[in-house]
Amino acid sequence: MAAMEAALLAPIADAGSNLLAARYQMAFTLGFHIILACFGVAFPAIMLIAEYRGRKHGDEDALRLARRWSKAVAVLFAVGAVSGTVLSFEFGLLWPGMMDRFGDAFGIAFAIEGLFFFLEAIFIAIYIYGWNRLPGWAHFWSGVPIVISGIGGALSVIAANAWMNTPAGFTLGPDGRVEDVEIVDVLFNTSTFHEFVHMWVAAYLVAGFLVASIYAVKLLRGDRSHYNRLGFLIPFTVAAIFSPIQVIVGDFVARDIYEDQPVKFAAMECVYETGPDQTEYIGGICTDGKVKGGIGIPGLDSLLAGFSTDTVVEGLNDVPEDLQPPSPTLIHLSFDAMVGIGTLLALLAVWFAISWWRKRDIPENPWFLRIAAASGVLSVLALEAGWIVTEVGRQPWIVSGYMKVEEAVTDAQGIWWVFALTMLIYLSLAVITGYVLRGLGQRPDEEAPAGDIPYAPRPGEETR
Amino acid sequence: MSKADLVAAILWTGVTLYAVFGGADFGGGMWDLLAGQSERGERARWLIDRSIAPVWEANHVWLIFVLVVLWTAFPTVFSAIMTTLYIPLALAALGIVLRGAGFAFRHALPGPVRRPATRVFGISSVLTPFFLGTVVGAVASGEVPADGGGDPTASWTGILPLLTGLIFVALAAYVAGVFLVRDADAAGDEDLHRYFLQRSLVMAVIGGAAAVAGIFALQEHARYVYDGLTSWPGIFLVIGSGICGLVALVLLVTGRSLNWVMRPAAVGAVVTVIWGYFAAAFPYMLPTDVTISDAAAVSDILTVVIVVFGAAAVLVIPSLILLYVLSQRQALE
Repeated sequence: MAAMEAALLAPIADAGSNLLAARYQMAFTLGFHIILACFGVAFPAIMLIAEYRGRKHGDEDALRLARRWSKAVAVLFAVGAVSGTVLSFEFGLLWPGMMDRFGDAFGIAFAIEGLFFFLEAIFIAIYIYGWNRLPGWAHFWSGVPIVISGIGGALSVIAANAWMNTPAGFTLGPDGRVEDVEIVDVLFNTSTFHEFVHMWVAAYLVAGFLVASIYAVKLLRGDRSHYNRLGFLIPFTVAAIFSPIQVIVGDFVARDIYEDQPVKFAAMECVYETGPDQTEYIGGICTDGKVKGGIGIPGLDSLLAGFSTDTVVEGLNDVPEDLQPPSPTLIHLSFDAMVGIGTLLALLAVWFAISWWRKRDIPENPWFLRIAAASGVLSVLALEAGWIVTEVGRQPWIVSGYMKVEEAVTDAQGIWWVFALTMLIYLSLAVITGYVLRGLGQRPDEEAPAGDIPYAPRPGEETR
Repeated sequence: MSKADLVAAILWTGVTLYAVFGGADFGGGMWDLLAGQSERGERARWLIDRSIAPVWEANHVWLIFVLVVLWTAFPTVFSAIMTTLYIPLALAALGIVLRGAGFAFRHALPGPVRRPATRVFGISSVLTPFFLGTVVGAVASGEVPADGGGDPTASWTGILPLLTGLIFVALAAYVAGVFLVRDADAAGDEDLHRYFLQRSLVMAVIGGAAAVAGIFALQEHARYVYDGLTSWPGIFLVIGSGICGLVALVLLVTGRSLNWVMRPAAVGAVVTVIWGYFAAAFPYMLPTDVTISDAAAVSDILTVVIVVFGAAAVLVIPSLILLYVLSQRQALE
């Protein structure tokens, strides 16, 4: 018992574990926020497609969906706004060392992001508030700036993250501080473009599949109303268009990582010995300098990295131990999970496309809807897995090649407690958000009193 | 005026906008907390909701703006503050999460769970500005060393930081109260007009008394700022604040419905205090250790911040005005 207690308390007592606590805290809060960010970026577009259809074709069900979805957007945006604010605090509270030395170069993208966030917050309010105040198409157009700011905001945040992976656009003075900044090179460093496209498309996959999966469940239960079909078809079509694209984008991203971040690439593919003709392992555990278990396809890794089995892939053994990512197995399996789910979802999209092309309908095989019902959760898993590859794969660096996480972390004590409290609050937030969204998703004719949603008009003001 | 000074002024503009608009939203939450369960209280709560709901997220973005400009343009000061005042800052972040979530959820939850969400919203609306106030008070009194790592508790638990926290709370409630008087008028509710008039008056007195006490605390604990406030140009702003405060007070006491005077006067009383501090602390960011020019990032970065602020002025401000107009017009319906 005492031993167990000691084992449990050890991380709290050990000052050196501050780093671990700070990393958990950051990983958990970011991993939470990234889902909400996807909704902020992509859900408004899906909502606008529904409104467009409603107005253009006089489809009342489409308009009802748009209205219902806008309420979900409001709730998710509110939670995302606060979880995003927490991240701004955390940069300073957890990683003061990085902000002290690189706050200017790292931070500049956030100044631009702030602008887009502002516009997004304003137009989301106008859109949701304007359902009864703005005439038809004016209301539709008030939603368009939300989609555009979603793109701009995502690009800015990703530029900052890409800069941590492949920092550029500055020189260091004799005191180790940033000098001679080239803003364009900071913002558009080598990882910005591929990370942005990959993440932006991922946002549409996550929002599209998650919303569609809710209606897939309703369709499976036999409610085949026009309303439910539309609720499935609009988000699913968006996700279905993007999911094969994501496979191609992902392939480009992997080759860019091979070029620019060879250590991350080695961890992703669990490569230990530098050389050509590398085996691609699917699954397996990276240990003792080799892959245990997993299915090996000889030469494929080299082929994927450089279109030839002669392509030399750098191995982890050539990297000093203290500069290797801490858990290649986690990175490798996360990568495989992301690729596996991405491929599955792309195949689901192809299935849907064939069925639609042949008979203008959702595939009749119940397995289609069953997989579609799971696609939302699967896409979130793929999102988180991809995020783990990017972020854990960058370790031990916080600014690759310039500063390690251990140099950046705060000295403040008690982070394990903060982490425990954060877990508690965020999990409650997640549960309540799920509960609230479930309430919104009740049957269409049981319109919740409109005053029950942030910004919505009050009861009695509803004019439909 | 150097480029760094201009960026510091931009930063301070963000602080001002957050203090007034974000502050009014927090103040609304405080009035919500104090509204009680009576029928009258429920009506007050309804009015508060109607005023805050469409704008609170946009108003909240000013805080993000302030943080981002601070870490981008003055990274060492940002890190010095964060490594010293991490306790009140973490508590403020906690308050921000609970305030936002409490407000968003209380609308969307069924009856029985709505009350705790409302309570969370109210309590966090008091705590957040209080802790942000202690941070400002600690900075003013020179508790944040240039290299950071100051005393994590003593730095913000002195008389001046605690008093500043109290002033923030009182002023937020005061501004919110004055805004709500106008919103009650717009809704044609005579009773709520009186309700918020009385409450604003009480807060005006508390806020004013705390501000006067604050001046004495400054004399004791933040001599540089005190001297700045009692000499040109700081004194000019202090007098301006006093005049605005008195005008608003007279209108509150006489119960006159001159919203077009009362609102600007109440806001003016707050804005002049904020800029009075800026003028008094100038040229320091951390009085009297780090000046604005010491802390400023390289020139190219400052240029980008200025350009982004210019873009914000062109894009965001008209959009914000559109939002405010739409939400006000609704109140007139």
